[in-house]
Amino acid sequence: MAHAAAADHHATNTGVSNFKLGFWTFLASECLFFGTLISTYMVYKGTALVGPYPAEIFDVIHTTISTTILLFSSLAMVLALHYLQHARKNLAILWLGVVIAMGAGFLVMEFQSYQKYIGYGLTLTSSTFGSSYYVLTGTHKIHVFFGMLWMGILAWRIHRGKIAAPQAEQVEVAGLYWHFVDIIWIVIFTLVYLIP
Amino acid sequence: MSTDVSAQSGDHAHAAKGPGEDHSSVAGYIWIGVILAVVTFVEVAVFYIEALEAVEVPILVILSTAKVILVVLYFMHLKMDHKALTWLFMSGVILAVFMVSALLVLYHVLPRMALSL
Repeated sequence: MAHAAAADHHATNTGVSNFKLGFWTFLASECLFFGTLISTYMVYKGTALVGPYPAEIFDVIHTTISTTILLFSSLAMVLALHYLQHARKNLAILWLGVVIAMGAGFLVMEFQSYQKYIGYGLTLTSSTFGSSYYVLTGTHKIHVFFGMLWMGILAWRIHRGKIAAPQAEQVEVAGLYWHFVDIIWIVIFTLVYLIP
Repeated sequence: MSTDVSAQSGDHAHAAKGPGEDHSSVAGYIWIGVILAVVTFVEVAVFYIEALEAVEVPILVILSTAKVILVVLYFMHLKMDHKALTWLFMSGVILAVFMVSALLVLYHVLPRMALSL
């Protein structure tokens, strides 16, 4: 009993929960990881010798809708954490479900775009633009997919009673990951789709 | 040797909030979400308005930076969390921005300057 109570608290060596400190360190390293991919895209931007070129194929309205869905999934994530912290587990599960659904909606829309671009002849090997674009956005989509799996596991654990208000930090850290993925897309949306 | 966050005192204990603590109201979160969506639509409008072509890039950079700051401060709770976490994350952001900028200068700016000489 005492052991279980101790496990509910957050171990720390610094005054900040070790779990959170470690995860923020991971997110800082992810900044550099995506920084390299964004650099690669920007360096190769405008250097492709063969088409199709970005201005010819990007559907900004379509991507704006998927971007808005991802932005609102961040809102759903923060609401899931809020309700878990207030011991309203059914609402927390519901909002985690919304996060997963919105993540799936984002991925479906983005894969529709991929299908269209491939139809135009833009593939991973067709040009420097194709290579850098698919590697950058594909890596982001893998992150979204992993986040959806994580949310699913958390919802299941909340449903089973393994996570409740005292263990809300587990959902908070998953939320940090999801918001970070959202931030990266905000940057990609501007640099890749909007800036000419 | 690790200790319990709840046993800490002062600024550290305040910053490392325990579970069950409220960070903001639901209405506040919804407002942030709405602002993020509105800023996104403004960005797209800037993209389509030809009269803004000359100032398009700085406006878009400023707006997307504002969106990132809103998400980090309010959704990721860095505004209320320990300052060390802000510095930790900012170190990664600053290094990434420096790296992207340096590579753009190296591959795009310097070659053009060399050609114009």
